[in-house]
Amino acid sequence: MDASVTEAPPVETVATAMPRSVGRLLLLPSVVVLLAWMIVPLVMTLWFSFQYYNLINPETAGFAGLDNYRYLVTDPDFWVSLENTLILVGSVLVVTVVFGTLLAVLFNQPFPGRNIARVLAISPFFVMPTVSALIWKNLLMHPIYGVFGAVARSFGRQPVDWFADYPLASIIAIVSWEWLPFALLILLTAVQSLDHEQREAARMDGAGVIAQFVFITLPHLSRAISVVVMIETIFLLTVFAEIFVTTSGGPGNATTNLAFLIYARALLQYDIGGASAGGIVAIVLANIVAFFLVRSIARRLEV
Amino acid sequence: MATLTLRDLRKSYGNFEVIKGIDLAIADKEFVVFVGPSGCGKSTLLRMIAGLEDITGGELQIDGRRVNHVGPADRGLAMVFQTYALYPHMTVRQNMGFALRLARVPKAERDRKVDEAARILQLEPYLERRPKDLSGGQRQRVAIGRAIVRQPKVFLFDEPLSNLDAALRGQMRIELSRLHEELNATMIYVTHDQIEAMTMADKIVVLQSGRVEQVGSPLDLYHHPANLFVAGFIGSPRMNFLPATVAEAGSRGTIVALASGQRLAVPIEARSARPGDPVTLGIRPEGLHVDPAGPLTADVTLVERLGGLTLLHLKAPGDQDMTVQIEGSDPTRAHDRIGLSVDPGATHLFEKSGQALPHLGRHPLAA
Ligand SMILES: Nc1ncnc2c1ncn2[C@@H]1O[C@H](COP(=O)(O)OP(=O)(O)O)[C@@H](O)[C@H]1O
Ligand SMILES: [Mg+2]
Repeated sequence: MDASVTEAPPVETVATAMPRSVGRLLLLPSVVVLLAWMIVPLVMTLWFSFQYYNLINPETAGFAGLDNYRYLVTDPDFWVSLENTLILVGSVLVVTVVFGTLLAVLFNQPFPGRNIARVLAISPFFVMPTVSALIWKNLLMHPIYGVFGAVARSFGRQPVDWFADYPLASIIAIVSWEWLPFALLILLTAVQSLDHEQREAARMDGAGVIAQFVFITLPHLSRAISVVVMIETIFLLTVFAEIFVTTSGGPGNATTNLAFLIYARALLQYDIGGASAGGIVAIVLANIVAFFLVRSIARRLEV
Repeated sequence: MATLTLRDLRKSYGNFEVIKGIDLAIADKEFVVFVGPSGCGKSTLLRMIAGLEDITGGELQIDGRRVNHVGPADRGLAMVFQTYALYPHMTVRQNMGFALRLARVPKAERDRKVDEAARILQLEPYLERRPKDLSGGQRQRVAIGRAIVRQPKVFLFDEPLSNLDAALRGQMRIELSRLHEELNATMIYVTHDQIEAMTMADKIVVLQSGRVEQVGSPLDLYHHPANLFVAGFIGSPRMNFLPATVAEAGSRGTIVALASGQRLAVPIEARSARPGDPVTLGIRPEGLHVDPAGPLTADVTLVERLGGLTLLHLKAPGDQDMTVQIEGSDPTRAHDRIGLSVDPGATHLFEKSGQALPHLGRHPLAA
């Protein structure tokens, strides 16, 4: 009996019998592809950001030093776009997390037609951003043909020209509508995973509906909320299609975020150097946000 | 002071009746155990008392007041759940003080009560820990502590020990009995484990498919089971059941004939049973003795030696399985053929309907 135990070779020796370098060698193809995929564009962007490089003005070329960056930070559009980016991200996060949580709790209650309601609530997520933005622009928010306008008129009110009067708020509404299902989906699964005996224990302890929500449900959801915030932030920093098909960054620069600013520099003004400088700023910004988010969320996920 | 009265209590889920009319009176400071097989409705009944399930029919009174429509927090009860249901993001102290915090009890008083409960349950070193950093037994005690802190009139327990290992279960049984004595409160305890019921209860309520089969003290149920179900459910190892017919029905007892033809006089009233009627003879495993001169013979199929005790699993004539509990020092081995004598006082007779026929005398410990 003892013999059979000692006979079996420890599994480790099989793995370590091969030299480490072979393992590394086998990793090489993926590493090379990843490097080409990520590092090359990054380095090229960095490189262009230090060059005079304008597609309609090939005469002025060559090393620009920090000129592209100087133009960028002295351009009022840049600071407005930075502000717009943060307002957009922050507002959409607040709207989706607050309404996502409330809807998740609501959809966890039994009511007739719940399954259909769930599917309906989640379906906006499957509509591509350009399409949903166009739907909002032409079918809902258009002052003449839109539903909102029709409703306003039926109450005898003047229809609102949303994209002219409240451009950023309109974009925020569209993007929130797109991302609410995502938040709802994640938060609903989290609500469903709450041990119902915990809520019953709270009921026995004298917690009403609101106290149960505040003391039991919300703490239980905190992890899921962190995940929603983290993932949404990453995607919301780069919102572009919705702006492109509705306001094109306007009126003026009212809805220009960083992503749209870079696009405008590169493909409307053909200033590759300036666009690259903006791109580098965007990367730095994204990394700063990611750093703080990951750190705070990693701490929360430990619990 | 807390008495409970259940009057024809009923519960249905849709058309499916789970609790089928339960009448029960629970006295002040009594330790009552609801016991029954899994799915018989014990938890549902307890949750109806707690107020977590609506009552479909009948009446529930606490201290003489009808509470059918009183919310769970206002019935003066506290419940300990099977999964403990501790709040994972709160410390032990916050868990135990949660009810008081909701009731806006000042912090100083809250802390005093929590400390007191922690002392009773020996939880003082763990007050600042989170539930995930506690062992199963400690979590169990926190759940009990959460109930104690509220100073309820009635404690409700739903299978609180079923997630603990055997050793800890034994220890917690003793601790719960001690707690019952110390707190002087009414306790209702649900379990499927008849050992927990036997060891802790003042009064056992045996349930089956939403009905009460019998109510009585542990030894009452053990020595005077009302029917086949209770006889089979209470007691471990299980009572042996042998088919028999009534041979003679006298005033001083009954003589039954076993399938093998042997006759046995038992001190049980025959009541309406007539000679020739089929009955079931029940004999507890400790009511049988190895005796070469005994009237029964059987083959030993398996011997379980527990040290102090030995369990013999037997095959009697007629392919009848039986269990006998004997002294650990007995040398009987598997595949022996043995004779068995029957202790007539430890026998029971059940009519065809399953109802028990009454003994001529009561067991001295079964009041
Ligand atoms: N919410 C419910 N809906 C329908 N049937 C239920 C529900 N809860 C319990 N039951 C049924 O009621 C019966 C008793 O359940 P329960 O009280 O949990 O049994 P026990 O605690 O004795 O094991 C079971 O048959 C169970 O399937
Ligand atoms: Mg149960």
